[in-house]
Amino acid sequence: MIPGAVREAVARDGEHIVYVTRERLLETMTWLKETPGQEFDYLVDVTAVEFRDRERPLEVVYFLRSLKRRVDIRIKVELAPADELAVDSIWHLWHGADWLEREVFDMFGVTFKGHPDLRRILMWETYAEGYPLRKSFPLRGRFSRAEQVRQALNANPEAHYSLEELSIADAEGELPEDMRERLLKGERGKIPEPPASNP
Amino acid sequence: MKRVGEVQSSNYLLAKFENLVDWAVNSSRANSLWPMPFGTACCAIEFMATAASRFDFARFGMERQAFSPRQADVLICAGRLPFKLAPVIRRIYDQMPQPKWVISMGACASTGGVFDNYAMVQGIDTIVPVDVYVPGCPPRPEGLLYGILLLHKKIKGESLFDAVKRRDEQPLDDKGLRLPPETIDEISEPFGNSVHQFRSS
Repeated sequence: MIPGAVREAVARDGEHIVYVTRERLLETMTWLKETPGQEFDYLVDVTAVEFRDRERPLEVVYFLRSLKRRVDIRIKVELAPADELAVDSIWHLWHGADWLEREVFDMFGVTFKGHPDLRRILMWETYAEGYPLRKSFPLRGRFSRAEQVRQALNANPEAHYSLEELSIADAEGELPEDMRERLLKGERGKIPEPPASNP
Repeated sequence: MKRVGEVQSSNYLLAKFENLVDWAVNSSRANSLWPMPFGTACCAIEFMATAASRFDFARFGMERQAFSPRQADVLICAGRLPFKLAPVIRRIYDQMPQPKWVISMGACASTGGVFDNYAMVQGIDTIVPVDVYVPGCPPRPEGLLYGILLLHKKIKGESLFDAVKRRDEQPLDDKGLRLPPETIDEISEPFGNSVHQFRSS
C-alpha cells in the first residue's frame, strides 16, 4: 500500500476502520478502487463527525463497499481544529460523491478541493448563518426569527438551480426569454464566509 | 330575514338586498370549496385519509382538489414548513385568486411544533394569513373536517359589502414581511420543552 498513508487501522466487531492522513487520501482511495484484490467500486456514503470534546479532530468518513468481493471498509480522515477544514475531493473516482460532499460542506463547512460544483445543497445558497451541524452552531440559528423569515422570503428559489438540474436543458430554445436569461445568468447568491467560531 | 307585521298575507318576505346576496354568495362559496393541498409531512397522510372514501370531504363540497393554485380557493398547509419552502408557499398564496382562505393543519404548520430549530418556520402565519388552525400531531381526519366546518361558518359570516375583509395581502415593506419583526419574534418564542434550550451566541 501507500507508505505513510495509514495512521491507524482498527478491526472491531467485524468492521474495518482505517485512519488515513489528509495528504494521502486521494492516493489511498485510488489504490482501494483500482487495485486488483481491493476493488472497492461502490461509494456508499460520505459524512463527517464532530465530537463534543473540542480538542478532538473533526472526522470525515467514507463508507466504501466492494460489490464484487462483498466487503465493506470505512476510511476516516481527521482534521485537527487548528488546521483548515479541507480535504481532496474524490469526485473524480466516484461521481456519486458530488452531492455527498456538497452535503458535508453545507452542514460542516468542510471544503473539498477539486470538487466541480461545491455549494450548499440542503440550505439555500445565500444562507449566512454558518454550518448547522457544527457543535458551535446554536440550535435555533444565529439570527432572530424575524430576520430568518425575512431572509427566507427574499431567497429566490428558482435562481439556485442550473438548467441541467431542472432537466430542461433540452428545451432551452423553447423557454420564455426572461426565464432563459434568468437561468443562464444563474443569479446565484454569494456563498457567505464561514462565521467566526464561538469562543 | 324579517317578516313585516303589518302585512296580512304570509306569502312573501322582506329582506335587505345585501343580506340576500351575501346568503347566496357565501353559501355557494362555503359549500363548494376547492382545496389546494400543500402537503409536506405526515399531516398530508391524514389529509389524504380525509379526502378518501372513509371520511370523504367531498361530502362537504370539497369535491374537486385543485393541484394548481390558480383554480383553488382554500390553501391547506399540511405539515411543517422549512424556511426553504417559505417563498414557495408565499408565491402559491399570491397566485390564488380572491376570495381565498388558508387552513393551517397540524402543530408544525401552526407553531413549528417540535421543530424549534434553525431550519423551520415557527408557524405559517408569519408567512401567509391563516383562517383556521387545526391542532394535532397529526390531526385525525375528524379534526380536519371540524376545521373545514369552522371555515364554512366563517365564510358564511362574511359580507361582500365589507371591503376590508377581502383586501389583498400586502407585505409591510420591501422586506416582504407580513407582520412586524417584533411580532414574528414574539410568536416564535420557545415554549414547552424547548424553553430548556438556549440560543448560545
